[in-house]
Amino acid sequence: MDKETIIGQYPRSPDCLLSILHDLQEANPENYLTEDDLALVAAHVGLPLSAVHDAVTFYSMFSLRPRGRHIIRLCASPNCHLAGAWSALAELRTLLGVDVGGTTPDGLFTLELTSCLGVCGVAPVMMVDDEVVGNLTPDKVRQTIARYREAG
Amino acid sequence: MKRALLQALADHGLASEVQLVETGCMGPCELGPVLLVYPEGTFYVRVRPEDAAEIVVEHFLKGRPVRRLLWTEGAPPPREIPFFARQKKLVLANSGVIDPERIEEYIAVGGYEALGRALTQMTPEQVIAEVRRSGLRGRGGAGFPTGAKWEAVRAAPGTPKYVICNADEGDPGAFMDRAVLEGDPHSVLEGMAIAAYAVGANHGYIYVRAEYPLAVRRLEVAIAQARKLGVLGERIFDADFSFDIELRMGAGAFVCGEETALIASIEGRRGEPRPRPPYPATSGLWGKPTLINNVETYASVRHIILNGADWFAQIGTAGSKGTKVFALAGKVRNTGLVEVPMGITLRELIFDIGGGVPAGRAFKAVQIGGPSGGCLPASLLDVPVDYDSLREHGAIMGSGGLIVLDDSACMVNVAKFFLEFTADESCGKCIPCRVGTRMMLGILDRITRGEGDEEDLRRLVEIGEMVRAASLCGLGQTAPNPVLSTLRYFEDEYRAHIHERACPAGVCPDLVHYAILAERCRACDACRRACPTGAAQGTPGQPPYRIVDSLCIRCGACLEACPFGAVEKRPGQRG
Repeated sequence: MDKETIIGQYPRSPDCLLSILHDLQEANPENYLTEDDLALVAAHVGLPLSAVHDAVTFYSMFSLRPRGRHIIRLCASPNCHLAGAWSALAELRTLLGVDVGGTTPDGLFTLELTSCLGVCGVAPVMMVDDEVVGNLTPDKVRQTIARYREAG
Repeated sequence: MKRALLQALADHGLASEVQLVETGCMGPCELGPVLLVYPEGTFYVRVRPEDAAEIVVEHFLKGRPVRRLLWTEGAPPPREIPFFARQKKLVLANSGVIDPERIEEYIAVGGYEALGRALTQMTPEQVIAEVRRSGLRGRGGAGFPTGAKWEAVRAAPGTPKYVICNADEGDPGAFMDRAVLEGDPHSVLEGMAIAAYAVGANHGYIYVRAEYPLAVRRLEVAIAQARKLGVLGERIFDADFSFDIELRMGAGAFVCGEETALIASIEGRRGEPRPRPPYPATSGLWGKPTLINNVETYASVRHIILNGADWFAQIGTAGSKGTKVFALAGKVRNTGLVEVPMGITLRELIFDIGGGVPAGRAFKAVQIGGPSGGCLPASLLDVPVDYDSLREHGAIMGSGGLIVLDDSACMVNVAKFFLEFTADESCGKCIPCRVGTRMMLGILDRITRGEGDEEDLRRLVEIGEMVRAASLCGLGQTAPNPVLSTLRYFEDEYRAHIHERACPAGVCPDLVHYAILAERCRACDACRRACPTGAAQGTPGQPPYRIVDSLCIRCGACLEACPFGAVEKRPGQRG
C-alpha cells in the first residue's frame, strides 16, 4: 500500500495522528518515519508540521532514523530484571554485535529496551515485532535470533 | 501446543467431539501452558506438544486423566485448590472460560444482559445511583468513587460528552488490564456502554498500549462483533440510545496513563499532563465533559447492575467494596493474576494464595502499587488490602502490582530501581518532577556507591516531600513513595550503606567484597580461570588462592565457578 492510501483510510482529524504514524512506520521496511511522512500526515489531519514533529519525538515507539527490519524490545522492568533479563541482554549484544539503540549492519535487527510488556508470568521477556518470546535464556535468545535470521 | 492437540484429535477421529477453545488467562502463569478440560474440570499444567497424543488417547478415549500432568498427583478440581479457592472472581470470571473472540460465548454466560436491563428498565439517574450505592472506586490506582465521577460528568454542561477507557496499563509488573482485554473484552465494552448511557455520551474511546498487540486485536474483533449484533450502534436494545467505540493506540509513553496526558495523546499531541482543575469531567477530550475510567472499573459495572449494589457492597471493607485483581510476582511460589475480595490481608494474599517465599529464603518486604507505591515490611503483613489502609502505611493500591521481595533484596537498590523508572518516564513538563526525581536519584546513587552521608537521608525526605506536594500530576506526586516508604521501614539498611559502607543484602557492587576461605580452598584454579580481570590469583595445587580487591569488579564469576564453596561474598568494603 502506498502512503497516500494508508493515510486516506483515516478521517481528517488529529485524533487519528498516532494511528496513522503507527501504520506508516510499520509500512516502511526500515521501521521509521521520514520528514516526508510527517508532512503528509500533518496536511491530512490539519496540524502544523511542527506539532506533528513535536508529538513524534515525544513517543518512544516512533523513530526518525532508519531501524532494522525487526525491532527487538527487551523488557527492562523489575520482574524481568529479577528473572535474569541481563543475561539475555548480554547474549543479544554478543549475537547482534550492537548495543541498545543500535541496528545491525545487515539492517535486520534493532535492539531496544522497553518498559513492562505485561507478560510477567514468563519473565524475562522480549518482543520481536509483534511476537512475545518469554522464559528467555541465552539459549532461547540464540534460537529466536537464528529463526528470524533464517526467515530474513 | 494447539496445533499438536488439533492434530491428535483429528488422528483419533475426535475433531467433531472435542472442541478446543483458545481462552484468556487463568491466572497461574508459572504453571503454563495450562489446559482445562470440561465437563470434569480436569486441570493440566505445563503441557507440551509431545503430550498431546497421550492426553487425547488417555483422557478422551479411555476416560482417565493423565496423572503426571495434573497440578499434583490426584489433584482436586481447580476450584478446590487453595490458589483458586481463596479467590473471588468477578472481573476475571470469564477469563479462561469463554472464547474471547466469540460474542456468542459472552452472551451465553449472561453478557450484555446488564446493558439490556440498564437501557430498558432503568433511567440514567438510577444507573448512577446504583453504581454510587455499590461503593465502587476507580481501579486504576487513585480509588476515586466511580458513582461520583459519573454524576459529575452527567451534570456537566456541554455536548457532546465522551467516555474513555484508560487501557494504558504501564506499571511494571501489573498486567490485569491486559488479561481482561484479552480474556473478556466484551465486559469492558458493556461497562463503557452502560457508563455512556448513564452520563449521556454517544461516543467512546479505548486508549490501549501499542505494546499489547493481542489485546488490540481482540478489542477490534469484539467491537466489530458488538456492532454487528447491535449492542453497539444506533438504538441499542431499541432504546433511545446510540453508542459507538473507537480504538486508539499509545506509542510507548508511561505518563499517558495519567488522564489529562491520555486525553492530550488522543487529541494527537504530546502526552503531557496539565494542571487539574478543570477535571476531565467538565473539560476533557476536545474541552468537552469526559468520563475516564480504568479497564477493571468498567469490567466491574455489569456485576453491579446484574446483582445489585447491595450485593456488590457486601464484598470488601467499609471503604473499599468489591474485588481487586492483583499481579503476584517476585519471590513467591505461585505467581500470576489473582482476584480477591478487598480487605484480605497481605499475609493471606502472599502466603495462602501465593504459597509464600520459596524454600531457603525469608520474606523481607512486599512492593505494592508499582513505581507509585511503597514497600511494606513483614511487620505489616496483617494490614488489610484496601485503599485507605495501604495509603495510611505509605503504599498505595495502585493498579495492583505486587512484587514479593526476599532477604536477598537490597531495599536501597529497590527504591533506586523504581525511581530510575519514574525519572526516566517523567515527561519533563514540571520542574519538581523532572529535577526533583533526578536529585533524589543522584543521592541514592551516592549512597549505593558508599559515598553517602547522614545529611543525605534528611535531604531525601525533604526533596521527596517537595516532589510529592508540588508535582503537576500523579506520576510526580507518587514518584517519591518507593524511597520514602523504604526510608520509613528500612532506615537501618540506608544507615548501613552510609556508616558501615556495607550493603547488608550484598547487592550493591561497591559495598561488597569477595574473599576466599583458606580452609576450603583446594587450589583447583577454577576461580582464576573464571576471573575476567586477573583479580583471583594463585598457583594450582598451592592453596589458598586470594582475590586482589583493587582488581576485582564484583562480577561474582569466581563464586559461581568455585566447586568447593570457598569463595564468599561479604557485605562491606574490604577493611
